[in-house]
Amino acid sequence: MDIVVCIKQVPDPEIPTSQFKVDEVAKRVVPPEGVAPVISTFDLHAIEAAIQLKEQHGGKVTVISLGPPSVRDALKRAIAMGCDAAVQLEDPAFEGGDSYATAVALAAAIKKLGTFDLVLTGRQAADWDSGQAPAALAELLDVAGAVPVQKVEVRDGGLYVERVTEDGYQPIDMPLPSVLGISNEINQPRYPTLKGIMASGKVPIPVWTAADLGLSPDQVGASADRIVLQRLFVPVRESKCEFIEADTPQEMGEKLAQRLREARLI
Amino acid sequence: MAGNGVLVIGEPSEGSVAPATLEVLGAARELAGKMGGPVAVAVLGQDVAGQAPGLIERGADRVDVLSDPRLSPYQADTWVPALAALIRETSASVVLLSHTQTGREFGTRLAFRLGTGIVTDCSDLQVADNGRLLAVKPVFGGNAVAEYTVAGDGVQLASLRPKLFDQAAPVPGHQGEIVERPVQIDPSQVRTKAHERVRAAAAGPDLENAQRVVAGGRGMGGPENWPLLDELASAIGAAVGASRAAVDAGWVPGPLQIGLTGAKISPQLYVAVGISGAVQHMAGCAGSRTIVAINRDPEANIFRYAQLGVVGNAKEVLPALTRKARELTGS
Repeated sequence: MDIVVCIKQVPDPEIPTSQFKVDEVAKRVVPPEGVAPVISTFDLHAIEAAIQLKEQHGGKVTVISLGPPSVRDALKRAIAMGCDAAVQLEDPAFEGGDSYATAVALAAAIKKLGTFDLVLTGRQAADWDSGQAPAALAELLDVAGAVPVQKVEVRDGGLYVERVTEDGYQPIDMPLPSVLGISNEINQPRYPTLKGIMASGKVPIPVWTAADLGLSPDQVGASADRIVLQRLFVPVRESKCEFIEADTPQEMGEKLAQRLREARLI
Repeated sequence: MAGNGVLVIGEPSEGSVAPATLEVLGAARELAGKMGGPVAVAVLGQDVAGQAPGLIERGADRVDVLSDPRLSPYQADTWVPALAALIRETSASVVLLSHTQTGREFGTRLAFRLGTGIVTDCSDLQVADNGRLLAVKPVFGGNAVAEYTVAGDGVQLASLRPKLFDQAAPVPGHQGEIVERPVQIDPSQVRTKAHERVRAAAAGPDLENAQRVVAGGRGMGGPENWPLLDELASAIGAAVGASRAAVDAGWVPGPLQIGLTGAKISPQLYVAVGISGAVQHMAGCAGSRTIVAINRDPEANIFRYAQLGVVGNAKEVLPALTRKARELTGS
């Protein structure tokens, strides 16, 4: 199977709220000093799903990421986990792109790689949380798509897929090729092995620009945005918490029970 | 070119109207009040015409009924072309839907099929000076808020965060029209075959519909302390949930997780025990009417959201809280 995984590098979502800063003029997040960006959480599950399918059915996994030179660390980690090849997309023309504009570049890269059986990506990225990449890729590549996906199996030359629903899941029969937006329920991403980490240093990672993809600047980046960011800010949250005071935790517990009863909450 | 009014796309539901649809209808009426134009609701499926009168009673000026076996069970490959055709014919200015597991799939693909954009998982809808939609949504797990407009001057799509908006209230004597629409789907474009949804077994009261929820996080210390939480839940008739930390640690199963990518709850009472209140967690419970937090750390983020707080160790607070609660409620 030829599988392509699209991944994104994001500011570490685990940083404490107090360290989270925004530049309102530039409309961007200011990453805290010394905290390395990470592969977006759901993309890790997508990488793992791709590697597992390759292990079961043979084939090749290529991972793609659009971004500045730091994304090469993300691509190397994906290779260290078990992906076979990687491509970085980088060009000033890509800047300011929303999910759709970014997907235009990704889709062009996927087509440049050749035929594919499956495109996997995380159901949403842990920065802008828009969740639009899977649908954008499916639409641009003109193939079937499903999101969010908790299970994928190859059956009878096609796919058996389970979409997550609020109270369970929905089974769908899908063809190859398809685009799937992967959800965390699907697997536990593996850690790279030492052998993998050493191998990842040797895999060449080409850099493709808009021109390499046959795209003009007005087809990508901010010019191709379907939604326009007008404002980005950190909401001010005032605390209005009434703290229950008492000498011991046990007394606090009892007082809390009384407070809840008085308020008719229990 | 932009049209007029707001079109709501109903959540897939055979028989009765889904609560998510009523939330979006409520938001649509408020938006149409500011923007002008009628409010319409589209219902898709096999047996959906019966939903129309109830929607009109709650303020829909028009209900578009798309009734066709190909639309049930839901799948993107039939819903997207059917909706694209409807929207081209009826020309609304704004199309709204709920950001459910289904809406997040078809809403996005529909926007791109129409050559326009969508702002997903919105927490508020405003009108910009030029009359276009200004959609507000939490980003970066909830650490920040972003405001977006849809590029161009065509139809604007937005999906709304579930359980955040109030359901549309009945409008006594409200009249509206019911229109049966032809369903236009090119069979060669239907590449998938969807099957009926499978309900996963739920243990205890349904978390997302519970009126009272207690949840535990890393501060519970370990799975051996979880019975203390279960007993509180039993004493006050609450469903039990957990933070992602407790699930990742393997203390409790995944379906208990409340958060940005877990269950979304909006109970009357939410008791968060040993939960720091990271924004991704609050994204799942900020709709709660009253939040009570029990945490050893007085600086914990959860206290910025809670109305009532106890700074203390869960293991010491819970037994006394449970005992007193049982005594006061006679349970």
